[in-house]
Amino acid sequence: MKAFAQLLDRLSYNPSRNAKLRLMRDYFRSTPDPDRGWGLAVLTDGLPFSFPLRRTLMDMVARRMDPELFRLSRDYVGDTAETIALMWEKPRPVHDDALASMRKATVSAGDTKAAPWQATRPEASSPPQDALRLSEVVSELALVGRNDLAPRLEAWLDQLDATGRWALLKLLTGALRVGVSARLAKTAVAELANFGVDDIEEIWHGLAPPYQPLFAWLEGRGPKPDAGRGLVFRPLMLSHPLEAADWAALDLSQFSTEWKWDGIRVQVAASDAAVKLFSRSGEDISSAFPDLVEAWHFDATLDGELLVVRDGEVAPFNDLQQRLNRKRVSKRQIEQFPAHVRLYDALTLDGVDLRQLPLVARRARLEAWFGRARPQRSDLSELIGVADKAKLQRLWSQTRATGIEGIMLKRRDSAYMSGRPKGLWWKWKRAPLTLDCVLMYAQRGSGKRSSYYSDYTFGAWRTGANGAAELVPVGKAYFGFTDQELLEIDRWVRTHTLESFGPVRAVEPELVFEVAFDAVQKSTRHKSGVAMRFPRIHRIRWDKPGAEADRLETLLAMIEEP
Amino acid sequence: MRKSGTPIAGMTVDAAGLYCAPGDFHIDPTRPVARAIISHGHADHARPGHGAVLATPDTIAILKTRLGETAAGSWQALPYGEALGVAGVTLRLAPAGHILGSAQVVIDYKGARAVVSGDYKLDPDPTAAPFELVACHLFITEATFGLPVFHHEPADQEIDKLLASVRANGDRTHLIGAYGLGKTQRLIALLRAAGYARPIWLHGANLALCQLYQSRGIELGALAHVSDAADKLAGEIVFSPPSALSDRWSRRLTEPLTAFASGWMRVRARARQKGVELPLVISDHCDWPGLVATIAATGAEEIWVTHGREDALVHQIGLMGKRGRALALIGYEENEGE
Repeated sequence: MKAFAQLLDRLSYNPSRNAKLRLMRDYFRSTPDPDRGWGLAVLTDGLPFSFPLRRTLMDMVARRMDPELFRLSRDYVGDTAETIALMWEKPRPVHDDALASMRKATVSAGDTKAAPWQATRPEASSPPQDALRLSEVVSELALVGRNDLAPRLEAWLDQLDATGRWALLKLLTGALRVGVSARLAKTAVAELANFGVDDIEEIWHGLAPPYQPLFAWLEGRGPKPDAGRGLVFRPLMLSHPLEAADWAALDLSQFSTEWKWDGIRVQVAASDAAVKLFSRSGEDISSAFPDLVEAWHFDATLDGELLVVRDGEVAPFNDLQQRLNRKRVSKRQIEQFPAHVRLYDALTLDGVDLRQLPLVARRARLEAWFGRARPQRSDLSELIGVADKAKLQRLWSQTRATGIEGIMLKRRDSAYMSGRPKGLWWKWKRAPLTLDCVLMYAQRGSGKRSSYYSDYTFGAWRTGANGAAELVPVGKAYFGFTDQELLEIDRWVRTHTLESFGPVRAVEPELVFEVAFDAVQKSTRHKSGVAMRFPRIHRIRWDKPGAEADRLETLLAMIEEP
Repeated sequence: MRKSGTPIAGMTVDAAGLYCAPGDFHIDPTRPVARAIISHGHADHARPGHGAVLATPDTIAILKTRLGETAAGSWQALPYGEALGVAGVTLRLAPAGHILGSAQVVIDYKGARAVVSGDYKLDPDPTAAPFELVACHLFITEATFGLPVFHHEPADQEIDKLLASVRANGDRTHLIGAYGLGKTQRLIALLRAAGYARPIWLHGANLALCQLYQSRGIELGALAHVSDAADKLAGEIVFSPPSALSDRWSRRLTEPLTAFASGWMRVRARARQKGVELPLVISDHCDWPGLVATIAATGAEEIWVTHGREDALVHQIGLMGKRGRALALIGYEENEGE
């Protein structure tokens, strides 16, 4: 438990990806089975059971802490689990000579020479927390009844130090917030044996904590674990961005073309027994999409785009976002934001692996299968079928319909290969929109950028209530510039500051950024009434006076009505 | 039992802060007064412009370095433990364990005793005389860490954490943000005690007070100014004021790994807010158990809380069956100065 607590503690303070990978590798190398396997489970899919934790914690607080002191502390710390971990007092040992003698000290005003008191710590000597193992915690948790959880937890908290208590409570809440995705943890595991993360993903869903066969394989002590008969994630085939030179060299007759949909890439894995929905990185997101899972009864592994579709119309990406990154979903959300998958490829159909077949053959089988199975809440991604390059380019530059991000070009003879093979699949994103904006606020970055003003809020002009021109913030960006440009902007910010608020500086309205963004939508959450999608700094217009930057009306005109 | 309303040992509060009427002196006044006792050299307790200043010899040396010889009309040094009669009041200074020279002020008047703690801590510190417990009727305490979430771990454990990080990250500079008076010197002395023998590099703002400590007989080993460094100090330890941690100054170092030594580092949000990679929970103030134990051990029936998070401490004092009073004195730093 101590090693795992220290790992979480270090991860929570370390912003760098490489440092996080190093910390996790060291942990997996130096921690014995089965503890490390449970550690991996906590960092990836979470523990396979849940508790009435909130109620238990509140019971414990009521029994062990003064309510007013807890309230004041909770207000200050801002996190219940952390407050309990920090405030927790171990039962005091009965004998503590220094304290006992202090309590006996009596007031004697005439005595100007009270005995000097050498400092002593009121807390007991260090507890035997090395003795408590993570695997022990997990196996007891698996068996403990709802009403026995509190006493069990209290005994552990009495045994651990503050970091250990924090780690234990975070582990139980399931929300670690240490900046590690499941994929990053799997990457660290893969690096134990110079494998890639896809090697782990391929077999992941056939494995279960504490993953002893996985570690045995990685350490050369056992065979590669079987991906299993269950539903597994098969690593996706990814595309390259199409540059001008690629387009010039491209023989369109070899390619099949489709729209690039503005949703998120998913893999549907279904058997007669179950249905799973995996994100592009292999995370199982099925629990957030019961509307899809319940609608499907077939045996296939399909590649497609997750969208929100209402009455056959693709809704803006914003709507899809209401359904993402949640563990559970309400009935109301399902009704308001109905999920849909637009299918474009098949990896397996009725138990047959199609991945070695050329794209056109897979597509033909997908279409035939779709016609028979008629699965709900899904459709086929249409082929554009334009054979002429000039015509396709015109289509690409003119199409701005909601839900379309550009065009995909896939080689007709391409097998389905995991990873990002060169020259087979291209994504041709439509050209971004741009707007000349004025830098308003600059904020210090984090990590390596903590000494630089690297996060920028920029605005567009409008006519204020008093008739004078005023800037209204329209977006924020923190990339798109080179290190050298960052240095120059940082210097500019420091010499053109109007006011400082902590890490933020308001600057003179004089520096113009040409901001690129994929789309702009109406938003009630922003003062300007609009929200840019994926804004980045395209160019720094050192030459352009602030007053000549664009107006808000220009941006409003770019909004696409669905 | 004394009648409530009668000032114990003549102690009251006026616009400049704590005042002893029969002795006619203030303690750590926040505005210029005729006669001031200064508990220790931190800027929020020691301001310029008083007529006569009384303090320990070490505190006077610190004040003269920080504020100049002319910052007070006159200086009077009173070593720890020596009694001094002032208009019927007997006073003496007792070690507070906070920084070099820090003192509690012990005031005896008409059979009653008040103790003003100044800032204090109980944890051992090679650069400060250890806290002396003085029994009293009225204890006037600080409450910088007056919430039960604050428990400072033993400082040598935090130093071990720092040295382990230095060993594991030999390709980076460890940049430690630490207050220039007291904290910096204590950390250096603790590093030396843990066997760290390499030169320690200092930001200019931390240098002068280190030299003062050395001249007062405290061993800090080899110190060097960062601007004298020939390279980018990979693998070395550098101290800077907290304000310089994330400023351009740090770009001369190699991928600085920022550490920050403060009692506030106990709370994750505070450490993250500062972008600290290695938080070190090392404080020159009492933690909560220290405050509570000290209040109990003084035997005082009445406790005044000068500054800090007084709500929780006054509540706790009530739970202990004593009278607590929050003075909420304005002008003492609660956060960044620690």
